[in-house]
Amino acid sequence: MHLSEHESPKGKKVSLFITCMGDMLYPETGMSVVEILEHLDMEVDFPAEQTCCGQPAYNAGYWKEAKKVAETFLDAFEESSVIVTPSGSCAAMVREIYPKLFKDDPKNLPRVERIKRITWEFTEFIVEGLGIENLNLRLPKHTVFAFHDSCHSLRHTESKSASRTLMANIENAEVVELESAETCCGFGGVFSVKMADLSGAMLKDKLDSILACPAKVLCGDISCMAHINGGLALRNSDVRMQHLADFLAGSLKNNENSI
Amino acid sequence: MKIQSNHFGQEAAINLKDEALAFAVKKATRKAFDGRLQAMAEISTEHGEQIRMQAASAKRRVLENLPALLELAEQRMTENGMQVLWAKDESEACELVLEIAKDHQAGQIVKGKSMLTEEIGLNDALQKAGVSVLETDLGEYILQLNHEYPSHIVTPVLHKTKESIRDLFIKETGMPFTNDAGQIAGHARKLLRNAFLTADMGITGGNFIVAETGTLCLATNEGNGRMVTSLPRIHVALVGIEKIVATMEDFATLTQALSRSATGQKITVYTNMINGPRRPEDQDGPEKVFVIFVDNGRSKIYASKYAEALACIRCGACLNACPVYHQIGGHPYGWVYPGPIGSIITPLMKGLENASPLPYASSLCGACKVACPVDIDIPRMLLELRNDLVETKLSAPMMNFMMKAWMIVMASKLGYSLSGKAAAWFTNLFPIQKILPPPFNGWAKYRQFPQFSNRSFHSMWKEKAKKDG
Ligand code: SF4
Repeated sequence: MHLSEHESPKGKKVSLFITCMGDMLYPETGMSVVEILEHLDMEVDFPAEQTCCGQPAYNAGYWKEAKKVAETFLDAFEESSVIVTPSGSCAAMVREIYPKLFKDDPKNLPRVERIKRITWEFTEFIVEGLGIENLNLRLPKHTVFAFHDSCHSLRHTESKSASRTLMANIENAEVVELESAETCCGFGGVFSVKMADLSGAMLKDKLDSILACPAKVLCGDISCMAHINGGLALRNSDVRMQHLADFLAGSLKNNENSI
Repeated sequence: MKIQSNHFGQEAAINLKDEALAFAVKKATRKAFDGRLQAMAEISTEHGEQIRMQAASAKRRVLENLPALLELAEQRMTENGMQVLWAKDESEACELVLEIAKDHQAGQIVKGKSMLTEEIGLNDALQKAGVSVLETDLGEYILQLNHEYPSHIVTPVLHKTKESIRDLFIKETGMPFTNDAGQIAGHARKLLRNAFLTADMGITGGNFIVAETGTLCLATNEGNGRMVTSLPRIHVALVGIEKIVATMEDFATLTQALSRSATGQKITVYTNMINGPRRPEDQDGPEKVFVIFVDNGRSKIYASKYAEALACIRCGACLNACPVYHQIGGHPYGWVYPGPIGSIITPLMKGLENASPLPYASSLCGACKVACPVDIDIPRMLLELRNDLVETKLSAPMMNFMMKAWMIVMASKLGYSLSGKAAAWFTNLFPIQKILPPPFNGWAKYRQFPQFSNRSFHSMWKEKAKKDG
């Protein structure tokens, strides 16, 4: 339902939006996305002028500042026909918040209206956009996975069902649900800074449920990754969540090697 | 009740250390949360969603037409023999109640559960005037005994354990020792029953008022609502002006949306639909029924971009769904209405400057909106309030500075890439975890500060482009 106005991306060149956190903290995840898209015969480019979607300022209440940064996004992706990002919250920012930020800006509003229809979170792009449900992957042995769904993937994008669909079609992969899977990990951008203790208590509950789960935990959102993996590191645990794109790209390589 | 919302941070920190509280709150909210899901999906998931959408549109239609519906309700209620009064703020509302009590020589009052009377501080006003008032909802009664405020809008003692309630009854009412919840409730029931029989006046709130028929509707589970509205000579109902619904059919939708969302029931045990005082042929009922419509800041909200907050039917589902509320319960929010909806109506009613932490007391996860039976967009309004804080210069100067700096960096490609490099260099060179200044040191208490990658994606892509030719 979040994609009802989206244009079909089939056969079009894809522009990657890596996001500011992805760029600085998890650049390999960006490479994984590129590898998967190229494997699916998509042409990928990377508009070099991109920085950030403006979400941190928007969520903190600084809408003028957010708008200014959002304009750089509109400029950077001016020529793009399809935008794909490995972060659901950034996709939701562009699709749901930009129209509000620019509603009184007749110069930019048409650009926003265009861009919101071509912006996809990575897994919903593959499943809903390209109509690909099966990546033809197989794991060497039966492995159990669980997902940490980001709040945006639950409530603002189609990523929850898309990521489950992709996993369900991997041979030897089984998906179970985490305890309290739909409860927020406590990040929330400015919330984790302003309300650090509260955010920390929410994180603690999330870490407990991840550590109690024997499955390998995957995640589709870069900000949750930074938050939860940071918490796991401070607990001196060896467990880490892995970004779904990194997992898929890794499996792709293993499959190719074994053929 | 004096507003304490600006101390949210300190109060939350205290509650975070209280393990018994966390246990009680998490257990109770989880039960209510699961109960709601089950009740909403009773027939099918789609059906639950349909109830939600019908309920949402019933309340939205009210908001489109509130002044006219209020007039209609007044007219119909008057025709039904009730006396309708209007109070613009809390002191007017309390004065009206006091006048009624005086005019009817009512020295003893029993009360049904009403958040609005908490909001206007009615009990204090009555007691100051020498009128005795007794809460008869079990939860509210417990709080009155312990001189506490509700921590939840539906289950006011949600923060308390059975043991602490038992001890309170032993100490305050001489109850013999028992560990049986049924026996504890039975003890309270006996005490309350006497009060019902001797009271001169009953005070309640109101869940809905049906405009087309002039009916005051109360949804309760303990039966005290029925006693309060039928045994004393006088019944006074205080209702917020947003409690109107247009038709009986809308009421039917909303009352089940309320019950299913609040407690996971299809319908509450008692649904009182009051159409006026006792008629000559009636066996019981009050001689007079007064309905006081209270504004107390609501019409100001009605005229603002926050009008949809007035669609709230006070079911508490957003509290039960909120991961922040789970951690700390309701008291740290510092006023009558806690949780997600409280974080919106508290600043709107009491002033943003008196509740400035509340809009930030949320990770914006959106669980509240999904749970809300009338689909109130709570995250949207929290964001708007944050923006109002910034625009009215109530935000912290440090934040203002940081956000300006952030904007300058992020809006320029050069600034962005230099800052990324600097961050990577800095975090690799220094024990960043230990030297973070406020406000980031709080972050580092719970998570390892992220290691910035030595190579950004920008540079990786450049290399790839070179390699691919
Ligand atoms: S905002 Fe919605 S969920 Fe929260 S109390 Fe009001 S009606 Fe219930």
